[in-house]
Amino acid sequence: MRRDAIPPRVLLAGLVAATAAAFLLSLAVGPAGMRLLSMGEAGRLILWEIRLPRAVLGALAGASLGLSGAALQGYLRNPLAEPSLIGVSGGAALGAVLAIHLGLSSWFALALPVGGLVGAGLAMLAVAGLAGLRGGPITLILAGLAVSAIATALISLALNLSRNPFASAEMVFWMMGSLADRSLLQVWIAAPLMLAGIGLLLAVARALDALSLGEDAAASLGVDLGFARFAIIAGTALSVGAATAVTGIIGFVGLLIPHVLRPFVQHRPGLLLPASMLGGAITLLLADTGLRLLQPYSDLRIGVLTALIGAPFFVWLVLKTRAELAP
Amino acid sequence: MNIETRNLSVRLKSREALRELFFEAHPGEVTAVIGPNGAGKTTLLRALAGLVAPSGGVVLLDGVEVGSWEPRARARALAYLPQERTVHWALSARAVVALGRLPYQPAGAGESPADAAAITGALATMRAADLADRPVLAMSGGELARVLVARALAQEPRVLLADEPVAGLDPLHQLTLFQHLVAIAAEGRTVVVALHDLSLAARFCHRILLMHQGRSVATGTPQEVLQPDRLASVYGIDACYRDIDGIPVVLPRAVLP
Repeated sequence: MRRDAIPPRVLLAGLVAATAAAFLLSLAVGPAGMRLLSMGEAGRLILWEIRLPRAVLGALAGASLGLSGAALQGYLRNPLAEPSLIGVSGGAALGAVLAIHLGLSSWFALALPVGGLVGAGLAMLAVAGLAGLRGGPITLILAGLAVSAIATALISLALNLSRNPFASAEMVFWMMGSLADRSLLQVWIAAPLMLAGIGLLLAVARALDALSLGEDAAASLGVDLGFARFAIIAGTALSVGAATAVTGIIGFVGLLIPHVLRPFVQHRPGLLLPASMLGGAITLLLADTGLRLLQPYSDLRIGVLTALIGAPFFVWLVLKTRAELAP
Repeated sequence: MNIETRNLSVRLKSREALRELFFEAHPGEVTAVIGPNGAGKTTLLRALAGLVAPSGGVVLLDGVEVGSWEPRARARALAYLPQERTVHWALSARAVVALGRLPYQPAGAGESPADAAAITGALATMRAADLADRPVLAMSGGELARVLVARALAQEPRVLLADEPVAGLDPLHQLTLFQHLVAIAAEGRTVVVALHDLSLAARFCHRILLMHQGRSVATGTPQEVLQPDRLASVYGIDACYRDIDGIPVVLPRAVLP
């Protein structure tokens, strides 16, 4: 460790404290502000039925995106990897879009998240089947791209065939991603899946550290690469699949958070996992809280906001990389 | 700790990479595996490390089939240095060497005092202590090679397998690295290196296995194995074995027609 480096424990403790602060801030902000404390039953309802689901979803979805982005970058040893790369978010989006297209979502409200979950699950099976549980990073990237391409094609088809402009608008808006108006029930459905996925992904920390030296060296260090591959695919599918099924597509968090935090963990891919998980949660909670402050003036979607912030950041990343690679 | 193969065959895709190979390496010795490109040197080392399964025969580590070792116990007994000196992230040299301690750390456990001592010791042995805080991506080939050998040493292995450890290094680093390997063997460890440089094999290795097309052509001391007629038939070169001031040198003189 370099002398100027922040000790891991201090860094993680700081991130935990910041996550808690962002969570409380998210609970405190809304049209009723802190007045809900004096609003009796109505205030209690706002807190429990509106703000708490939103804060819990923001924290868990952000954690899922940040963590799976860090895990995929570590596993594929490629800093450009992100959760959507392995096709699961595409599958979730397709499932939700089909739920709207087929009119299921107007029959019962939970059709959207359930459709998303089914889509994510099928996408995961397709990716795992195509890539195989043995093999290198390239097959996983290719399988993810193939499944994403199929999902994108079918989403376009659903939009194209949609005769109902309201349904089309609903699909488009759903894909922009939002944490607003999610019920406690949706949280109850998605949270256990996200937590299971987060647990699987955190378990690959040592494998990712060892993979810094390549696959043969990692295997010779006693690392079970088959389990790592399974945990990465299943963990991303569970956490990001469930998150996307409930929130829609939220991009760039999984790509950029690991990038921002990597220097603070001395580039150690294992330590980057918990750091990115907390960093993702903080980012999404703060972004969503910020949106609520803008609410009276604009109806910006969180997926749009993360893209608006993320894309220029990506440009900066390209310039930085170019400067580093310059002779 | 001995490592040996008995009648080992390995099939990669549709190619027979190793055929009915007998090999053994002993503690206290540096054993070289030599042969032309594609002879199966890397496959042999990977099979010895338990990274490829045999299609026939066995690999025995300390008398026990290498594939039936518990992976982490195997990693405490045997270290493998792949030929590619790649580190994928801008880790510090110390963080890279610390990876050698993973087989000693229970899940979720951090670095113990024994781990820290092994890391410091391995860096010191490879004279890389001054590199500890530097990111490996900014290092020269020679510095990186020392750090990666230190990683293997931090594993405190009884058996060290190194695939082309001096490829791409300048003469100074080739010599110092081999002196380190000889010293490591002298501690009672078993060292196996795959090599292209026949003079280094002749000078530093106690025993040599000469391979050709996945088969063992000859084993024995450097003088026994590095015979001109064998080098002619295996490498297709006219080579001579000379002694210069007590140092054996193998000189490839010409390509045979």
